[in-house]
Amino acid sequence: MEILGVPLQALMSQLLLGLVNGSFYAMLSLGLAVIFGLLNVINFSHGALYMVGAFLAYIGVTQFGLNYWMMLVLAPLAVGLLGIVIERTMLRWLYKLDHLYGLLLTFGLTLLLEGVFRSFYGVSGQTLDVPEQLAGATNLGFMILPNYRAWVVAASITVCLGTWFVIEKTRLGAYLRAGTENPKLVEAFGVNVPMMVMLTYGFGVALAGLAGVLAAPVINVTPLMGSNLIIVVFAVVVIGGMGSILGSILTGLGLGVIEGLTRVFYPEGSEVVVFVVMVIVLLLRPAGLFGKEK
Amino acid sequence: MSAALDIGNLQAWYGESHVLHGISLSVQPGEVVALLGRNGAGRTTLLRAIMGLTGRRTGSIRINGVEAIGLPTHRIAHLGVGYCPEERGIFASLSTEENLLLPPVLAASKGVAAGMSVDEIYAMFPNLLERRHSQGTRLSGGEQQMLAVARILRTGARLLLLDEISEGLAPVIVQALARMIVTLKEKGYTIVMVEQNFRFAAPLADRFYVIEHGQIADTIAAADLEARMPVLTELLGV
Repeated sequence: MEILGVPLQALMSQLLLGLVNGSFYAMLSLGLAVIFGLLNVINFSHGALYMVGAFLAYIGVTQFGLNYWMMLVLAPLAVGLLGIVIERTMLRWLYKLDHLYGLLLTFGLTLLLEGVFRSFYGVSGQTLDVPEQLAGATNLGFMILPNYRAWVVAASITVCLGTWFVIEKTRLGAYLRAGTENPKLVEAFGVNVPMMVMLTYGFGVALAGLAGVLAAPVINVTPLMGSNLIIVVFAVVVIGGMGSILGSILTGLGLGVIEGLTRVFYPEGSEVVVFVVMVIVLLLRPAGLFGKEK
Repeated sequence: MSAALDIGNLQAWYGESHVLHGISLSVQPGEVVALLGRNGAGRTTLLRAIMGLTGRRTGSIRINGVEAIGLPTHRIAHLGVGYCPEERGIFASLSTEENLLLPPVLAASKGVAAGMSVDEIYAMFPNLLERRHSQGTRLSGGEQQMLAVARILRTGARLLLLDEISEGLAPVIVQALARMIVTLKEKGYTIVMVEQNFRFAAPLADRFYVIEHGQIADTIAAADLEARMPVLTELLGV
């Protein structure tokens, strides 16, 4: 069977690949949105921390004999702790200054982290095996579904929706939303906002670390993998609307799919399609698809 | 028994500008005190300085006997202070009920008693019950003001700092707020309010401080108000 001259099998597998990429976009842009909302910091090191998550998974599995599932928990925790250290020792001093300083600091951290991993592992890249429980593929009749990719999409959608639920529907989330609007007043009510800011940054980058672990078995683990991705993720954040939680999840998944479809119908355009969408969205809705005009 | 609020030689700055120039005042538990003065005299800054929301501060701020000048803002609230800012500070991303439930209930300590329950608050402000699922900022100005005060009654704070709660509201709402202050006073709350509307504050307060240029220009007990009106009129331009 063919659709517009493309075999269904090829179309579906590119769609799935798009959804997998979209899952990473969604998790990363979600973390960026949460961090920007509360800290007003454009966290450029998000991609590097995603890379660190992937490398920690690789190192844990290949050098410490831990398995993938352990690293799925340990690596995000370690990245989250690293984030807390970064927030406490560096970012904290920049909140009163222009956004630009936070961006510069986190850009510098990106170079530092990439340099450290490059000096140990070079740039050629490492591969991590898919965990045996998720090896192989399932034949759905109309397509062959690789089990690991299905897991990536399911896991990241679950994590994203869980995060959305906590932020929009719980008391903890109410503190976070209120803190995003007026942190000083929330603090005047007796909430320890500096601690909340620290934990939010830790959580946001832990999401990036988790995305890194999920990505490790399906991509080449290299020190530059984060830089390759982060530019697209920033475009996703701009398209979705800075600071919108649900917006960044939906936009991340949606753009992954659009990218996948472009790879089928017009492969030459697949690298730039996200940016074309960004230009169009910015022309029509400068605050982004889900953003509120200020 | 220690004063609910005891301020000694308080100086405060916003960045480079020196706003409070040595304010001393004392408020006993259960008292209602009004801060009068022209715009820019430093009344709002005084409330903000108590909460640690200005820049640098020096001097002494004792809340229920505990020195608060060196404490971070979130610890100050836990001494038993509820703060209602001039701009009301209703959160747009929260529903009315979420706004009401936002300030955490304070742990029992000297300046903290059991706060009002949500049911009691809704009984006092039936409009808020009716609109509890609406976005906080969709409420009318009067309802937002009631919400801003109501949400600090739940926490158990006994010292309330109310900044211009009657500002820009219809007379019928202002009367309702006056009744609310009387009720709170009967319940034993200590209230420090900044008021532009002298006629709102006059029948409510036990004592008036007139603030000018970041200093206390005059202190007037409620009993002397009549006699001191000529001075007040001159100081406030009312």
